[in-house]
Amino acid sequence: MASVTADLPAAAKPAASRPPEAYKKWGRESWKRRAPLLPALVFLIVVTQLPFVATLVMSFMSWSAQPDAPEKSFAGLDNFKTVFTTAAYRGAVLTTIEMTVVVVGVSALLALGIAMLLNHAFIGRGVVRTMMIAPFLIVPIAAAVFWGNGILMTGFGLVDGVLGQLGVPGAQDIAFLTDHPKLAIEIELIWQWTPFMMLILLAGLQSQDPEVLEAASIDGCNGWQTFVHMTLPHVRRYLELSVVLGTIFIVQNFDSVLGMTGGLNSTNIPYAVYETFYSAKDYGVASALGVVVVVGSLIIATFALRVVSSLLEEEN
Amino acid sequence: MRARRRTSAALTALSLATVLLTACGTGGLGAGGTSAGEHSITVLMVNNPQMLELQELTAEHFTEKTGIEVNFVVKVEQDMRDTASTEFANQSGIYDVATLSNFEIPYYAEAGWISDMESIADDPEFDQDDILPPMTEALSANGKVYGQPFYGESSFLMYRKDLFEKHGIEMPANPTWEQVAGFAAKIDKAEKDMRGICLRGLAGWGDNLASITSVVNTMGGTWFDEDWNAQVDKGGFKKAANFYVDLVRKHGEAGAATFSFPQCLNAMQQGKVAMWYDATSGAGPMEAEESPVKGKVGYVAAPHEQTENAGWLYTWAWAIQKSSQHQEDAKKFVTWASSKEYEELVMADTEHDTGGPTNVPAGKRASTYENPDYLEVAGSFATPTMNAIKNAQADNPGLQKRPYNGIQFVGVPSFTDFGTECAKQLSSAISGSKTTDAALERCQSFAQEYGDVQKEKQ
Repeated sequence: MASVTADLPAAAKPAASRPPEAYKKWGRESWKRRAPLLPALVFLIVVTQLPFVATLVMSFMSWSAQPDAPEKSFAGLDNFKTVFTTAAYRGAVLTTIEMTVVVVGVSALLALGIAMLLNHAFIGRGVVRTMMIAPFLIVPIAAAVFWGNGILMTGFGLVDGVLGQLGVPGAQDIAFLTDHPKLAIEIELIWQWTPFMMLILLAGLQSQDPEVLEAASIDGCNGWQTFVHMTLPHVRRYLELSVVLGTIFIVQNFDSVLGMTGGLNSTNIPYAVYETFYSAKDYGVASALGVVVVVGSLIIATFALRVVSSLLEEEN
Repeated sequence: MRARRRTSAALTALSLATVLLTACGTGGLGAGGTSAGEHSITVLMVNNPQMLELQELTAEHFTEKTGIEVNFVVKVEQDMRDTASTEFANQSGIYDVATLSNFEIPYYAEAGWISDMESIADDPEFDQDDILPPMTEALSANGKVYGQPFYGESSFLMYRKDLFEKHGIEMPANPTWEQVAGFAAKIDKAEKDMRGICLRGLAGWGDNLASITSVVNTMGGTWFDEDWNAQVDKGGFKKAANFYVDLVRKHGEAGAATFSFPQCLNAMQQGKVAMWYDATSGAGPMEAEESPVKGKVGYVAAPHEQTENAGWLYTWAWAIQKSSQHQEDAKKFVTWASSKEYEELVMADTEHDTGGPTNVPAGKRASTYENPDYLEVAGSFATPTMNAIKNAQADNPGLQKRPYNGIQFVGVPSFTDFGTECAKQLSSAISGSKTTDAALERCQSFAQEYGDVQKEKQ
């Protein structure tokens, strides 16, 4: 935070002419102040970073818990080779990318549209806003099971039932979950994540200065021109933020794959980790997969932080 | 200054991201935690109706008499299995008793993860001789009993008698798969919204692969020959897998790739399918009071081709963890849960939905099939069930000798791994997103990878 620097004692400000003793004195002073915080810092590092270090170590080991598997040993880069050369894992990486891009893209567009609509005052806006947010508040696994069994299930789900009632021929045989498993999951995720993005965008729109819009209309801009030249540049940062946050969450999506398709032609990386670790009991490969996800997500998270800090700088 | 801020921001990002990512919780263990009581045990079990009934009856009929508190942790099958194998491999002692099957118990015993049950077998009250011999055999290792069956099953064919009669089809007592495919074609769509046959398509070594492997045996195929050469994309295996996938795609339920036992049960009860090849335990719900097809279903032996019998053998059985601190209490529980008295209790239970004669955990004791009260209700399927179990050929299910045990599974620990991968391939074939031959080619490589490991050991 930029404002923190202002509260620092004068000594903290770098000055070329400062004598060395002052430096030492400042060092001691500051350690006096830091010391009480050390236990908390150590605790934080132990709790948050050690599990990852353990994962990192495991990812270089050949380690399977199957009783008929070879003994534990050092494997070098074998696990990573497995991850990038096995068709199933490559498929999982591609599925993850595809799902993320589709879901984030569609959700962001939908969210922008809905946020624009909700930005106007109308009767019952509060109720509508609450209803719009509802999907985001549902427990992910519950939503997935409901979509899988209640809505899209072949022959028993809401879709097949309604179409059957309308007399559509072959409605009982529409097997959406097995014919288009990825699409089914994407639809469920879009339903769940659009509200989240909409909230961020709505916050952004609400912070827009109404005078700007007024000025635009006085200058004779039509709605579209106002949107493109005024609103969009203002919302761009919020859009970036929602896209990046959404990406981080959706890359890690596990519930809908488990609850809707059980991985049929739709295994993404988190589900592959779960299967490799939990069913196949190959701890080495599962850890390597985990590390790949972390690295991928770190790259995305770096962008996220850039966006956040640019937002903060703007505030200041 | 700016640069330094950026580095610290990046560091914060790094730690934040690792927190977020390494905390990928797959839900907690969900263990109810052992209560502090002197006499208490924790039981991990699968969420089948028979187990839920046990949960209902335990407090009143077991804890009251013995003073042993029982904590149940109930999970869906795949989840339960994964938890159990992790738990028993680590010998963490969280669960004293678990429902395992004849797939796990022999090799868990070999690995020294579970306690033997000789003392229960020697108990005249328990009467081990009453347990059907194929069951005792399937739950033994090195001449000792390591598991006691809770209920047992084989597979057979269930069909709608009334509809077969209506459409003039005669079902033989020992049908072949060719005949069944013919019937399925004939009766498919003969009634509104009704398909010919329900077959499992859901990916899982215990789901679609169990059904398919039982067809493979009788069509002359095997997973491995005697020298651990995988035979998955060859001969009988190829024929059987293609037959199965084609049948379910042409005349099976729509969306078959998501169908397992419960979905097929539902489809059969709702009149959406005319036949169903699956576990014998599917018959109880068919004949239950509230079943819409009660009395309309016929039961015949599992369809076969080149072998006499093609039914599988499966049992949910109790196993006691070696590191459990409550060995004696656990044994008391197992003795009670697998006893004749317990079956009587369920038969007389009118209080719970999961009780009553059709819900008796049957298929394990000969005496169940001599009980007139039981036969009165279960008459239509009792004999076919018992015959299927007695005829199951666990040591020689196919046409050739094999280096492993098991009818509908390969009795080696890693089968959960390569079996699952292969099951997914075949599920894809059933959903139509790849050809059966392409799926088998992948299966062959998974299986051969395991076979090569075994070859090296020899």
